[in-house]
Amino acid sequence: MPLYHNDDQAMLADSARGFMADEGAIARQLRHFRDIQCKDGFGHALWGQFAEMGFTGILVPEADGGLGMGHVEAGIVLEEIGRNLTPSPFLTSSVMAATALSAGGDELRGRYLPGLLDGSSVYAVAIDEGPKHRPERIKTRAERAGNGFKLSGTKAFVVQGASADMLVVAARTAGNDEDDAGITLFAVPRDASGLSLDSVRLVDSAMAAHVKLDNVQLDADAVIGEVDGGREVLNRMLSAGRIGAAAESVGVGMGAFDMTTTYLKQRKQFGKLIGEFQSLQHRAAHLYSELEIARAVVIKAQQLLDGGSDKADLMVSVAKAKAGQAAGLAVKEGVQMHGGIGMTDEYDIGLYMKRDRALAEFMGDQYYHAQRVAVLSGY
Amino acid sequence: MSDPDAFRAELRAWLEANCPPEMQQPVRDEDDVCWGGRNFKFKNPAQKAWLEVCVAKGYTVPDWPVAYGGAGMTPAEAKIWREEMQRIGARPPLSSFGIWMLGPALLKFGTEEQKVHYLGQVARGEIRWCQGYSEPGSGSDLVSLQTFGEDKGDHWVVNGQKIWTSYADKADWIFCLVRTDKANKYQGISFLLFDMASPGVSTKPILLISGNSPFCETFFDNVSVPKDQIVGELNRGWDVAKYLLGHEREMISGAGGGDRMNTIGAILSRNAGVEDPLLRAELAMFDVDALAYGAMGEKFLDEVKVGKGHPAGSNMMKYAGTELNKRRHELVMAAGGTASLEWDSAASNGGGRARGWLRTKANSIEGGTSEVMLNVIAKRILDLPGA
Ligand SMILES: Cc1cc2nc3c(=O)[nH]c(=O)nc-3n(C[C@H](O)[C@H](O)[C@H](O)COP(=O)(O)OP(=O)(O)OC[C@H]3O[C@@H](n4cnc5c(N)ncnc54)[C@H](O)[C@@H]3O)c2cc1C
Repeated sequence: MPLYHNDDQAMLADSARGFMADEGAIARQLRHFRDIQCKDGFGHALWGQFAEMGFTGILVPEADGGLGMGHVEAGIVLEEIGRNLTPSPFLTSSVMAATALSAGGDELRGRYLPGLLDGSSVYAVAIDEGPKHRPERIKTRAERAGNGFKLSGTKAFVVQGASADMLVVAARTAGNDEDDAGITLFAVPRDASGLSLDSVRLVDSAMAAHVKLDNVQLDADAVIGEVDGGREVLNRMLSAGRIGAAAESVGVGMGAFDMTTTYLKQRKQFGKLIGEFQSLQHRAAHLYSELEIARAVVIKAQQLLDGGSDKADLMVSVAKAKAGQAAGLAVKEGVQMHGGIGMTDEYDIGLYMKRDRALAEFMGDQYYHAQRVAVLSGY
Repeated sequence: MSDPDAFRAELRAWLEANCPPEMQQPVRDEDDVCWGGRNFKFKNPAQKAWLEVCVAKGYTVPDWPVAYGGAGMTPAEAKIWREEMQRIGARPPLSSFGIWMLGPALLKFGTEEQKVHYLGQVARGEIRWCQGYSEPGSGSDLVSLQTFGEDKGDHWVVNGQKIWTSYADKADWIFCLVRTDKANKYQGISFLLFDMASPGVSTKPILLISGNSPFCETFFDNVSVPKDQIVGELNRGWDVAKYLLGHEREMISGAGGGDRMNTIGAILSRNAGVEDPLLRAELAMFDVDALAYGAMGEKFLDEVKVGKGHPAGSNMMKYAGTELNKRRHELVMAAGGTASLEWDSAASNGGGRARGWLRTKANSIEGGTSEVMLNVIAKRILDLPGA
């Protein structure tokens, strides 16, 4: 398969670009919801529009009423989200939770998918338990109780957790903290008793929750997939989240880069446009090259994931690491090349820097993923 | 292409029947490469046999038209050919500046007669070409070149000096930039082809830090060049030169595959045992970049074949690919420790690692320096002012 978008994908990209640049624009969404100190950090009206556009069902199978598309298509939407810093539950709900739910039984899918598709529900994912991404280690316990389970433990960095109607929680039903096996995924309703969330605002104005599970009683039908066999579904959900975050990073990087090159063509010092200075030209050209490479490996990994290739895992980590590096460079160079104005809240370039920082941590930073590349390569 | 799977199966069967096992071993040193040409000495019968079977099918230049010695493959077919070659680790049957550089330029700018004649020779490995661009005073600022061709009616008389001419002492012919109008900087250069055996041509090898002498100073002393040996129009050779440079940069970038995209962490850890966690981390970061660059190379070629992508994209590929390759060899040296320092022992394959490391330093100089690549990206792709 060639590494560029086919005609249908190019059409989707066109409509996503127009929609996000207009409806999802920084002034309209990110700044607005930040400035009113919104408890969700995003707008439910826009989420409804995502549903009308069909975006919410991109990864939901056609049999369940979705579009049955793949990660290339989800990534197209995410790149535009990144470019416009559009706050939305798309990555957690429509990419990660949707991937997990597709492994659930008929009853569970019937309970949760319609709300996702029509934009009336928001779902969050609760995997990590500390400040760094470490899904290999899961301490949260689920003990058998009655006809179901009792969950106890803590979860960190649950993005939009307090706004969610349901949380996909990874818990341990067997084995030790670091064991690969013995993981079970649960769909935990937001109003379950014993579930408490402490919502905090992040640097990028998104809301995330520290989650406490204190003997949360669930029926057996809250299990997504197999008891003790959740690692496989969890891995699929992680891959979806990682490649999704990588695509969004590319969008963030491109957005910052476009702002910066535009500025290089406008700002004058020493009687010249600053874009005439070779030191800035070379740094901009290097940055361009890094972003192009990141974009190439992101689409490569998306295609491998969609095709079910056994190389997908490796390339997803390469893509997350590379996109993180390239976008990180884009926002840092972006602020520097803007000079003083780059430090002001009024100017958007700093918002890109903040979003990039949060995305870098989401689902593993470049160090986590480079380490994973080494392990998957056998050293 | 009718059926990709059938096409792949056909190539696979053909390769199985025709590619000698020796030609499926990695290239270890320079004489493993088949360059062709009048004076080429085959290293072994397998190398010769491999070239001959490929020439017969047009597989030395699979995507050139059949009339010019190719196999007439479509872009999609040529991609399958590359994949099948890579799958069995087959060596290219023929490597040459004729294939990578002159060929694409002739396909675009040559007359029908020139295409049939020169491209056919290249495809069959009969004539080995060298590139006469750089001069002592004209490197990055190539357009300032001084080698002059004086109009003598039915021929030019060429005088001047080129430098850094790779394999000038081994090549049969040269494609050469010659000033034919002193009053006009850009539109005063012509793209000439001539025989290195012509009276008045002489070469002097230059010793490099790697201890090898792959390139020469090349002198022209009243060399006569017939008028039909010009490519493109008189004084419009700069257009041909630039087009050719695009292909040269693509070739140096390694976009077409080969070892540029390979990871090194696993091999180096196995062979040398990497105990230093910081070195291991550098290897992991390198592998991330190598795999990502591999995807970039694939995307670049996919886009080139259908006319998508930026026309100046090869400059970006050249920049990124050569900087990556220099980093690769720094890490190879570091992982090898003192064993990488050996210069001529048999155990080190004649100092292969150290010489290879030094050779890569030229990657970001030859074919346009990294700084020049960044200038071109800034100007042609980013459209920055005054660039
Ligand atoms: C291994 C090898 C093989 C080669 N083979 C051939 C061949 O077959 N045929 C041929 O014709 N040539 C060949 N060359 C020559 C090559 O193309 C030139 O070396 C190259 O173009 C640089 O020119 P220069 O060496 O004169 O360096 P210079 O142009 O003098 O550059 C010196 C330094 O100044 C920098 N610089 C120059 N101009 C600028 C600018 N505008 N902005 C910023 N920095 C700048 C350069 O990047 C470099 O770092 C080969 C070179 C090598 C190393």
